Amino acid sequence: MQSFPRWKIWLILSVLVVSVMASLPNIMSVPSWWPAALSKPMSLGLDLKGGVHLVLDVDVDKAVAHSVEEDVDTARQALRKAKIRYSKLANDGLVLQVSIRSSEDMAAAEALLKDTFNNYDIASAPDNTFLLTLKQAVADETRKFAVDQAIEVIRGRIDALGTTEPVIVKQGKQRILVQIPGYEDSAHAKQLIGRTAQLEFKLVDEKGDLEKAMAGSIPPGDIIMYGPEKVRSNGQSDRQPYLLKRHTELSGNEIADARVSIDSRFNEYAVTLKFNSKGAHKFDKLTAAHVGERFAIILEGVVNSAPVIRERISGGSAQITGSFSPAEAHDLAIVLRAGALPAPVKVVEERSIGPSLGQDSIDQGMNSVIIGMILVLIFMAVYYRMFGLVANVALIFNMVLIVAAMSMIGTTLTLPGIAGIVLTIGMAVDANVLIFERIREELYLGKTPLAAIDGGYNKAFSTIIDANITTLIAAIVLFQFGSGPVKGFAVTLSVGILASMFTAITVTRAIIALSTEKRSRIEKLSI
Amino acid sequence: MQLIRPDINIDFIGRRKLAMLISALMIVISLAALATRGLNFGIDFTGGTLVEVKFDKPADIADIRSAISPKGYGNAVIQDFGSPEEIMIRVQNKENEKSSTISTAILDGLNEKFGADAVEMRRVEFVGPQVGEELTQAGIMAVLIAMLAILVYVTFRFEFRFALGADAALVHDITIVLGLFAITGKEFTLPVIAALLTVIGYSLNDTIVVFDRIRENFAANRKRKNPGEEADIANASVNQTLARTLMTSGTTVLVVAALFFFGGEVIHDFAFALLAGILVGTYSSIYIASPIMLSLAGRFKGDEEERNKMEERP
Repeated sequence: MQSFPRWKIWLILSVLVVSVMASLPNIMSVPSWWPAALSKPMSLGLDLKGGVHLVLDVDVDKAVAHSVEEDVDTARQALRKAKIRYSKLANDGLVLQVSIRSSEDMAAAEALLKDTFNNYDIASAPDNTFLLTLKQAVADETRKFAVDQAIEVIRGRIDALGTTEPVIVKQGKQRILVQIPGYEDSAHAKQLIGRTAQLEFKLVDEKGDLEKAMAGSIPPGDIIMYGPEKVRSNGQSDRQPYLLKRHTELSGNEIADARVSIDSRFNEYAVTLKFNSKGAHKFDKLTAAHVGERFAIILEGVVNSAPVIRERISGGSAQITGSFSPAEAHDLAIVLRAGALPAPVKVVEERSIGPSLGQDSIDQGMNSVIIGMILVLIFMAVYYRMFGLVANVALIFNMVLIVAAMSMIGTTLTLPGIAGIVLTIGMAVDANVLIFERIREELYLGKTPLAAIDGGYNKAFSTIIDANITTLIAAIVLFQFGSGPVKGFAVTLSVGILASMFTAITVTRAIIALSTEKRSRIEKLSI
Repeated sequence: MQLIRPDINIDFIGRRKLAMLISALMIVISLAALATRGLNFGIDFTGGTLVEVKFDKPADIADIRSAISPKGYGNAVIQDFGSPEEIMIRVQNKENEKSSTISTAILDGLNEKFGADAVEMRRVEFVGPQVGEELTQAGIMAVLIAMLAILVYVTFRFEFRFALGADAALVHDITIVLGLFAITGKEFTLPVIAALLTVIGYSLNDTIVVFDRIRENFAANRKRKNPGEEADIANASVNQTLARTLMTSGTTVLVVAALFFFGGEVIHDFAFALLAGILVGTYSSIYIASPIMLSLAGRFKGDEEERNKMEERP
């Protein structure tokens, strides 16, 4: 047998050193001079660490519908300014409908609409009507923006929980993955994330007739909204209706800060809002122009209160009350501070793990790794003797290599990932079994020990490649289509297969070569 | 130590009729079980809520049911999970209900009845109806694509009939493992799909090793003309690789058994699928893949050219 190339031995030794160095951070803290690339331990998945895992679906079509709805207001103001009388303004999904009262104004109206709404395609319809359809590209942009903004808002809310390293990322087109490691109260997290926290200030239409409006004739530009549901002593519940101007004077966007406070009048918890400079200016003008009227504070579509404006308020703050518990007031302050969600979100998937289950999974997973490993080590040593021991060295090297590779590429270890490692132990020895069985065959055919070793390695090589590539194909498909934990399994399986090809072929070959090359003749192999 | 002697010569291929009969029987039983009992789909596919809790002492299922009944979930599936203290509660999604809060209601109900200190949240899973549908589709797609990719790879490396033989063995293995899940009523979850894909990879690994040897031996016996000779060569190849097949299956079964017995309840069914799949996969790579491949001899145009080309390879 020719002498084994030295560079391969150096390669193996360097891989060994790097692997051991990269694995160490998983079992002990490493000194500061340790290379940065090798200092990261494997991160544990939520199923091992415990925590809240949510997938949210953003109702992006609502965000689009909402922007069209706001444009109804824009159209109203533009038409009024141009003194064009309209008979109907309405919105339905992507479509904004504008009906002009007199056909004489049609040309002027068309020019005005074209000028004001370049985001819309404008078409004429019978009865002096224009149909404005939001351009597809603009709608898509609005949808995308809604998701991005929702991510920012949710991040703000979760940061307020004070947990470390939460993950908030976009998933697909309109979904958001939220992971809060180490956080147990999934109910609270869902509640905090799920609120739209849309805050609006509208004026009450003091001149309008609420009773007529309730009967069906709502004055143009008005809207009926309700207060919170109250249960009366006779068990019936009712809600206070309000007739409001449709136009939103101020919104949650103009809030600079929100804090829990105590309402001095009733001595109960409240949330005090502070407007930013733009909001404070608007609020100042609004209160100056409407002294004696009421303005409604609307939180998530429900009228929270409608106090009378007694005098001009230039300080720029307002208060939300509502017999809150301290926790409710605290949560409300958090969501108002973080801002409103541009569209409602819905939890479509949850996988939350309590801390004790995570620890149990780690313990049981490690147990099965160790037990499986010991069984295989014994089995190989008994069945293939010296060669079995060589394979065992390679197997241990393989484990170190897997841990090192996973630490370095920064993958997350999940429970199925541990299962993948266990499975790899079983399959990693396969390459050695193939080689050793081939060597035995060659010996049986009467070859000399060294020739048999050579023949065994050479003939088994293509089989090993074919066999491993097919398993790799399955692992890659798994990675592409799997979600979360299943992906973790695919990653460890792939890393394990690749690592095992190196250790089972190159490393065992090197050990056998080094132990045989000094000797001129070998009578018998311990296989 | 050597359990399988090198001169072993068992007539596997000769007994293929018997093997086919056994396999056909197992497949019929599996299909019948799948048709009548069906799979016990987990919430990954049906959608729904799963709550796992641990009590400080063995819990009574009737007590638990009475605790969550007032919340409207009296018809939930309640069972112990690994130990009498650990309880798993499953609820289907209901239409027109904010489903993501079901787990909150259930935990509230348990806390009210048993006290917050006596109940510990271990796991909450909720899968919305839409996500369930997506996961089902992704799962089916994954299995089909894995099989197609393997068909392409094996055709490329061997011959088309080898690929068909390999895929036939895979369908055989998957059907029987699915049948076992239907018969035992074990929960069919997303990780089980992962296990199935691994079984595909593993069973194929086994088959490829045998095929590889058949290819090698075919190349060494260029003059084989009749199917009988082909069968003899194939049988010799199966025998030559038998020691390896059993050794590898042996080590893999050892570790998967460790996973099955010590890995914990969460991956118990996953390990079960692996264990069953590896055993069936070992059987099929010996008794199914090669006979199917042999029975397809000469069926495909281009086989001859392909074979000649293959044999010209060094």
